[in-house]
Amino acid sequence: MSCHATAVVEPIEEKIPTPPGAKPRMRTVALIGPPNCGKSTLFNRLTGMRQKVANYPGVTVEHHSGRMKSIGRNDLTLIDLPGIYSLATYSEDARVAVEVLTGKMPGVPKPDCVLLVLDATHLNRQLMLAAPVFSIGLPTLVLLNMSDQLEARGGKIDTLALARELGHPVALISAAHGKGLEAIPDFLLRAGSKLDDGLRPVQLPVLQSAASCRSWATQVTARTKYQSPAASLWTRRLDSVLLHRVFGPLFFLVVVIAVFQVVFTLGQPLSDGMGAMLTSAGAKAAMWLPDNWLRALLRDGLWNGVQSVLVFLPQILLLFLFIGILEDSGYLARAALIADRVMRSIGLNGKAFIPLLSAYACAVPAIMATRTIENKRERIATILIAPFMTCSARLPIYTLIIAAFIPNQRFLGGLLGLRALLMLGLYVIGFLAALITAKMLNSSVMKASHAPFILELPQYRWPTVTSLGLRLYDRGKLFLKKAGTIILGVTFLVWLFSVLPIHGGQFSALSTSVIGHLGHWIEPVLRPLGFNWKIGIGLLSSIVAREVIVGTLGTLYGMDPATHSLGLQVALRHDITLGGAIALVVFFAFAMQCTSTLIIVRRETNSWKLPALQFCYMTTVAYVAALVANQVISRLF
Amino acid sequence: MDVLALSDAKVGSAGVVERVDLPDEVSHYLAHLGFLPGTSVEILRRAPAGDPRVYRIDGVEVGLRNETAKHIFLRVISDTADNSPTATIEAA
Repeated sequence: MSCHATAVVEPIEEKIPTPPGAKPRMRTVALIGPPNCGKSTLFNRLTGMRQKVANYPGVTVEHHSGRMKSIGRNDLTLIDLPGIYSLATYSEDARVAVEVLTGKMPGVPKPDCVLLVLDATHLNRQLMLAAPVFSIGLPTLVLLNMSDQLEARGGKIDTLALARELGHPVALISAAHGKGLEAIPDFLLRAGSKLDDGLRPVQLPVLQSAASCRSWATQVTARTKYQSPAASLWTRRLDSVLLHRVFGPLFFLVVVIAVFQVVFTLGQPLSDGMGAMLTSAGAKAAMWLPDNWLRALLRDGLWNGVQSVLVFLPQILLLFLFIGILEDSGYLARAALIADRVMRSIGLNGKAFIPLLSAYACAVPAIMATRTIENKRERIATILIAPFMTCSARLPIYTLIIAAFIPNQRFLGGLLGLRALLMLGLYVIGFLAALITAKMLNSSVMKASHAPFILELPQYRWPTVTSLGLRLYDRGKLFLKKAGTIILGVTFLVWLFSVLPIHGGQFSALSTSVIGHLGHWIEPVLRPLGFNWKIGIGLLSSIVAREVIVGTLGTLYGMDPATHSLGLQVALRHDITLGGAIALVVFFAFAMQCTSTLIIVRRETNSWKLPALQFCYMTTVAYVAALVANQVISRLF
Repeated sequence: MDVLALSDAKVGSAGVVERVDLPDEVSHYLAHLGFLPGTSVEILRRAPAGDPRVYRIDGVEVGLRNETAKHIFLRVISDTADNSPTATIEAA
């Protein structure tokens, strides 16, 4: 019977005539709220997508859309927006949010209704955004997020009273734990069919100045007997240590060193194990292939190249595990506070610290994150120096060279290794290059007007295993995808040009091939740096992406009859001196070997001038530094 | 009670914001973080280098450089020598 009933009901609903003048069906829902209130966490919950979330303000700097699959509303598009404090905008990310919300963003449909997310633990302040958002006149559901935190720390909210005061429905939710979310499909149904929610429109503050919004918010919370939760004791206790005059910076240093130490002591054996596995898998698979050009292509060309990059997966994942813990816990904002003194001395806003720190993962999102910097000059300066930060794409070449050339010497009773120290040194010189460049820009090209440093310190939170797991999964997938596309592609080209031209049905030998000629032609420029022609080809190919050099070297050494049977580390030790090896990693510390970064800088600044300048400048610095490194080291050792 | 710049108030003391003398762009942002006349503010701690300092305004912790904080004025209400941070938790 019930089957029959639904079968009848559905077509009837379809046939309800649209009253003349009624709006077309609802399509787009916007997600808006102040920074760091959990919009992206909710977005991911509702759409099943994975936008980046972390515990600091300004993680989302662009609008993202997705279908609301997780609540069965495939017909609705949800737009996640950067956090805003008001509809007045001073920074690029806030401008995006307001333009989308008011339907002025080209290519984005005007939203039909709004989910306003507010952090329930600071309602007085968060409600200030409600008045301007209501005044846009769209159906709005107010979602008070972080209900778990509110309850745990003894806060109270009367959602019904609040809904009456606001004239809009209110629900208490926890996006992180998925609680209270059933209010959202309810609201969407009502908003879609224009059902009366029984709430009367209320008088909003007329003057939309901060002060009037504020006094309105305070009155509303007072009338609804809102009880703000007690300050988190843990946050204060932790801060009294982590921001301590002595222990604070010390802890910061220990964290950084520990990261590198773990990447080597734990990551290296994992990488080696993976390498052995991949090599034997390759050898076994090759036995099934006929001994002709196909086997040469697949094993010597592609497999050697790709697997020499793949082995770095465990180390990359370890690095991202640490970055994830730092971001999700809320420590990153504290690190920004500690670093502000240094940042100021070079004329940079402390706000530049967070984009710069995220550049340790990858410069591309870091350059996008500079949108939170209101001051245009400081934003450009930050974009210019971000690629000097040691991104994870440098890790493969760093660990390859260090593992091949640096003895595994230990100090301080085994706590500190020479390899980790050299790695730290490479990170430090990248950072120094950024500092010096910023200083130069500040004193000549860009006279910075001093934008103030204003930084909200979020409460500490435990990073959840799920969130860390998802990050690692996504990162791992990204890395494998890169290995399977860009690195595979470039490796194929390198192989192809190293067997061409074909003479009388025979492949060229490596040294007489196109690649060999090109390599020998550029070799004179690179010889003073201690590089041979194979490294030169590696450098050229890695302009696409830094990891590519490892793939290219894997292929070239795999094809060379002299080094064919050796592993890549051994082959390199055979072929270049210690000076050349160190010069190579120094070169990578400074050089702009990344097409994605160049493209994103072009996009963010709307001209090729800056990326071109950046490429030339960084390559020059890299060349000179590598030259000095090789000359000094070859004389010393 | 005396009015003084936020940057001159001692760590551990608390008061009420009296006025904010900063350019519109900055005061607008600060206002939305709670720095408006009448809001209570507490000087929580200093960063390891002494500057910026951390203020608790309206339940939120905000870091400000002294160069900004010296343009914000507060009426000091409690100037307790007791600057153990735990003693100041939400008595109300």
